[in-house]
Amino acid sequence: MSTTVDERVDAPTPAGTDQPKGRRRPFRAHLDAGLYLTLIAAILVMSVPLIWMFLASFKESGEIYSVPLQWLPEAFEWTNYEQVATSIPIGRMALNSVGLTIAGAGLKVFLGLTCAYALVFIDVPFKRVAFVVVIFALLIPSQITIIPNYTLIASLGWLNTYQGILVPGLASAFGTFLFRQHFRSLPISVLEAAQMDGAGHWRRLWRFVVPMSMPTIAAVGLISLVAEWNDYLWPMLVTDNTDTMTLPVGLTLLQSLDGLQNWGVLMAATVVVTTPMLLIFLVLQRRLVSGLTAGAVTG
Amino acid sequence: MTAQTATPIATAPSQPHSTQRRAAQRRKRLRNLGFFALLAGPNIALLLIFVYRPLLLSFYYSMLQWNMGSSVARFIGFENYIRWFTDPDTPQVMGTTAIFAVTTVGGSLVLGLGLALLLNKKIFGRGIARTVAFAPYVLSGIAVGMLWLYIFDPRYGLLSTLLKAIGLSSPQWYTTSPWALIMIIIVYLWKHVGYVALIYLAGLQGVPQDLHDAAALDGAGKTRTFWSIVLPLLGPVTFFLLITTILSSLQSFDLIKAMTDGGPLGSTTTLMYQIYVEGFQTGRAGFASAAATILFVILLVITAIQLKFMERKVHYA
Repeated sequence: MSTTVDERVDAPTPAGTDQPKGRRRPFRAHLDAGLYLTLIAAILVMSVPLIWMFLASFKESGEIYSVPLQWLPEAFEWTNYEQVATSIPIGRMALNSVGLTIAGAGLKVFLGLTCAYALVFIDVPFKRVAFVVVIFALLIPSQITIIPNYTLIASLGWLNTYQGILVPGLASAFGTFLFRQHFRSLPISVLEAAQMDGAGHWRRLWRFVVPMSMPTIAAVGLISLVAEWNDYLWPMLVTDNTDTMTLPVGLTLLQSLDGLQNWGVLMAATVVVTTPMLLIFLVLQRRLVSGLTAGAVTG
Repeated sequence: MTAQTATPIATAPSQPHSTQRRAAQRRKRLRNLGFFALLAGPNIALLLIFVYRPLLLSFYYSMLQWNMGSSVARFIGFENYIRWFTDPDTPQVMGTTAIFAVTTVGGSLVLGLGLALLLNKKIFGRGIARTVAFAPYVLSGIAVGMLWLYIFDPRYGLLSTLLKAIGLSSPQWYTTSPWALIMIIIVYLWKHVGYVALIYLAGLQGVPQDLHDAAALDGAGKTRTFWSIVLPLLGPVTFFLLITTILSSLQSFDLIKAMTDGGPLGSTTTLMYQIYVEGFQTGRAGFASAAATILFVILLVITAIQLKFMERKVHYA
């Protein structure tokens, strides 16, 4: 708490964007120093926990519980990771997570694309009704669907199966909505020309619409990847078997395994869960951000 | 595109031609229907099965005296709702939900705006800062919760060491009543403030430079410019953020599950968490469905306000 308060006090004072080079030089220098201090404080508050996690995952238990706090591990040991691997089948869980994430995100994008194409480019009398069905689904929170969906999945015998984790979340209301917004801005003449040349809907979708929509597809795909990877509540309810369990669920399993919390081991598992998303984020930041801010506001 | 059969030239030998044409049109309409069903059908069917069907079923379940996994259910009308409203736990659950929502929403808006103002300045290192600030938002809530439990550990955690360094002692975060909730709120803010900052940053970059120049010409200082020009222009962004952060705050689950499991003594049990506990731990599925319906109504009201506002004030990108 103590560290976060600083930014609240300092930040609003230097409002607006940079002024043209001003007269009051000494004052400006003072202001800049404050700015940098605030900026550094903010960076520290946001990054130190993550650095701390990485360092702790390589510490031996003696170092973790040494009372004058120790920043760096004596030697970067993999023992915690080995212990994670012997406590839970983390390889299997990682594989489950990777597979379900890729399948889930891929299918979500596919379903969203085809649905949005139909909603924009195919003329049928009940098109508006179909659109309203999609849009209204955005307003229904997943909490209210949990219990009925759970009983359905259980009655299908889908508990502890991949399809049980995957299928209920596949329908893409958000993706469909973003794709639709984007498709309506596409140059219609290109599609009309394609139609003249005898291209059917399927061909028009994949040869013309999809190539023209790559940035939106990338953004929706990335958001879906992040959401699928991090999803917890539903996979936790549907699986209690380590063969089909995903990483976040396995992580809580590890927590309850030992009565005493073994922080080194827990941090090693936490690193395994967080690293893929951190890497994706660092590499594809711009795309991800454009997707997350789309549907937000412009002035 | 529609039937324009009656062109003068076509009229004379039109009889066979026009029926042919109508048949072609019918075929085309059928083809369109077929394509629509093929392309939009799967997605819409999934929505109907896994979103709309459970929505209706949930209302029905909320009228049942029924335990999860049991085959016996008794229709009891609105009794689950009456039970929820008269339950001795309800004031605490709603109090916790309200405190959690107000502090996380207010905190993330204020801190997020501050961070956005900072990141909007042309200073060295803001690219890194932007990345670092936003990174926690894409991480698993369970993992984030676990990491912060370690930091909050009263004996071996980073925070207790820092507190000791400035002469304070660490509270028993996990096991004492106000501290557990405070702990979760802090972590929630850490995870979500980057998102708010990012949206505000997009809004700030939409404030035209000539407005700043005009204000400067009129002799307005930076603080004055902020309060009288920048902040009002950020109104729609703030409203959008207000609604979306309320919705995500009311629906948050992972952090509470990872860090406190709703305890100690239910002091971190929000309405969302209560639904999970009642439905899947206590097994009172009917009661949990009633609580879920109440949460749905709250979310629906908030969303309705948003939609009404968005129509007028806000444009999609």
